[in-house]
Amino acid sequence: MAVKFDKKSEGVYTLDCTGYVCPHPQIYTKKMLEKINQGDILEVTFDNPSSSESIAAMCAANGNEIIEKNAEGGKYIYKIKKSA
Amino acid sequence: MDEKARKKKIWALVITGFFSLVSVLTYAYNDYYIYLSAYLWFGFIYGMCLQYGRFCFASAFRDLFAVGVPRMVVGIMTATLFFAFVSSFVTATGFSTFHPSPSGIHSTIAGLIFGIGMVFAGGCASGSLYKTGEGNGVALLVVLSISVTQSSFADIGGWFNKLVPNSWHESAISKNLPAVINAGDGWLDQYLAGYVWNHPTLTFAKVLGMKNESFLGAFTGNLLIGVIVPALIMLAIVYVIWVKKSFIRDSIKDSGRAPDLKNHLTGFWRMILSSKRTSIAGLILGVACGLQMFVIEGLRIKFGVRNAGEILGRLGSDFGVSIRGTVFDPGYWYVTTQEAQWVGWVMHKLGWNNMDNIFFGYINGIPNPALNPADWMSLALIGGAAVMALLSNEFKFKKPTKELAVWAILGGFFMGIGSRLGLGCNVGAFFVRVSNGDTGGWLFGLGMIGGAFIGVKFFNWWTERRMAKEMAGLEL
Repeated sequence: MAVKFDKKSEGVYTLDCTGYVCPHPQIYTKKMLEKINQGDILEVTFDNPSSSESIAAMCAANGNEIIEKNAEGGKYIYKIKKSA
Repeated sequence: MDEKARKKKIWALVITGFFSLVSVLTYAYNDYYIYLSAYLWFGFIYGMCLQYGRFCFASAFRDLFAVGVPRMVVGIMTATLFFAFVSSFVTATGFSTFHPSPSGIHSTIAGLIFGIGMVFAGGCASGSLYKTGEGNGVALLVVLSISVTQSSFADIGGWFNKLVPNSWHESAISKNLPAVINAGDGWLDQYLAGYVWNHPTLTFAKVLGMKNESFLGAFTGNLLIGVIVPALIMLAIVYVIWVKKSFIRDSIKDSGRAPDLKNHLTGFWRMILSSKRTSIAGLILGVACGLQMFVIEGLRIKFGVRNAGEILGRLGSDFGVSIRGTVFDPGYWYVTTQEAQWVGWVMHKLGWNNMDNIFFGYINGIPNPALNPADWMSLALIGGAAVMALLSNEFKFKKPTKELAVWAILGGFFMGIGSRLGLGCNVGAFFVRVSNGDTGGWLFGLGMIGGAFIGVKFFNWWTERRMAKEMAGLEL
């Protein structure tokens, strides 16, 4: 399974890093956030628990807002709004 | 509680029960097995802490360089400070099991190779163990790769002897090791006996002219100068380069003005406490590591032994013990040597004569993994991490893809080589050494930082390439 990028709708993008370990989820998230526009939403899916800490800390540091967090059964879905 | 979550909690109980049963039954068979149990339960605690705190040395500088997150640098410095504090008491009271290792430029080169490896692998040596406990198949591949690499590297000679400088060869032979060890044959043997052993073993206390086993030496030399001062300098650098900018941004947003020095101290403290999980894990980890030294030394005094090899002998199970009657028995947390040992034992059973080298034959041995205290420490670490992951509903079996399998094997290979060259990994060559005032610890750490930098550069290039391919038709 390769990392998947998709456009869900206008201004809403998805990034699926399921199966990937550190540092792939956080690096792909960072790169994707750099590419999308301010105000756009990125929905990141991953299943690596330690990446959850890194992505949350990265968003806090860069001023991007995690508007929704879902974590269940080892699967994480974060909705990030690019604010900065 | 749904059915899946309930089943996970039952598994957590089963795993804990298994280790409890091992302890109870072995102790009932013979008192000496408490030595094995001590290693086991400290390993279990380490596993729980590592999983809870997402504690991975690899992510310290990797995530700093890759995504600007200082969480794990802070976590490691927290754990190191607490470990150093406890081990200063332990050392000053004569209960330390620690011995510094010869250090020099080779420590930094080894750290560099190890650092590259841990970025490729997605986790350090201890991180890969705890992530195996989370069900991560990639991490398990890393552990296997580190183990096989080390075990092979320990005994490799033949063509590789041509890569050994003559000065190392001559120096190794001059050490007059037992003929069966054959120190003049084998790359690692000649590296160890002909080069590494010629370097000094130094602690900060010793450099400052103090005795290690004194309160002044332990607290002023090793703790203050060896740990607190460099840790604060490192954290200050991290704050200035990676955190200050966002703190200024937030201050202006909140108060309308840029922060002064006092506010920056608040910002620095906020950086230290930014991840509660990591801070708690670091605290418990550090204290437990110090306590393990105290407990193991206490058991050695109780049983009148200096090494677990003597205990194995008394139990009538001295297969695989080194020519000096020793097995690997550090008395504190360690990761890579026991990984090499279990593979070495398997290889020996398959017919490879690997007891004619320094690493196995002269120092560490290849005892039966079922009787090896250090191997039980690692197995219980995996178990403790599994329990923590199951209880928090984070356990998930993950099969590696081909891409990740290649990264895992390659990363494990570099980590295996780096750990033998550096006489340990992120735990044995960095964390434990730094916490006990060994100057070589920081040298290995500097190498790891360099390795992380190189690894991240490569990763950025690779992921950029992958993104371009996978996003080819995507409109942004």
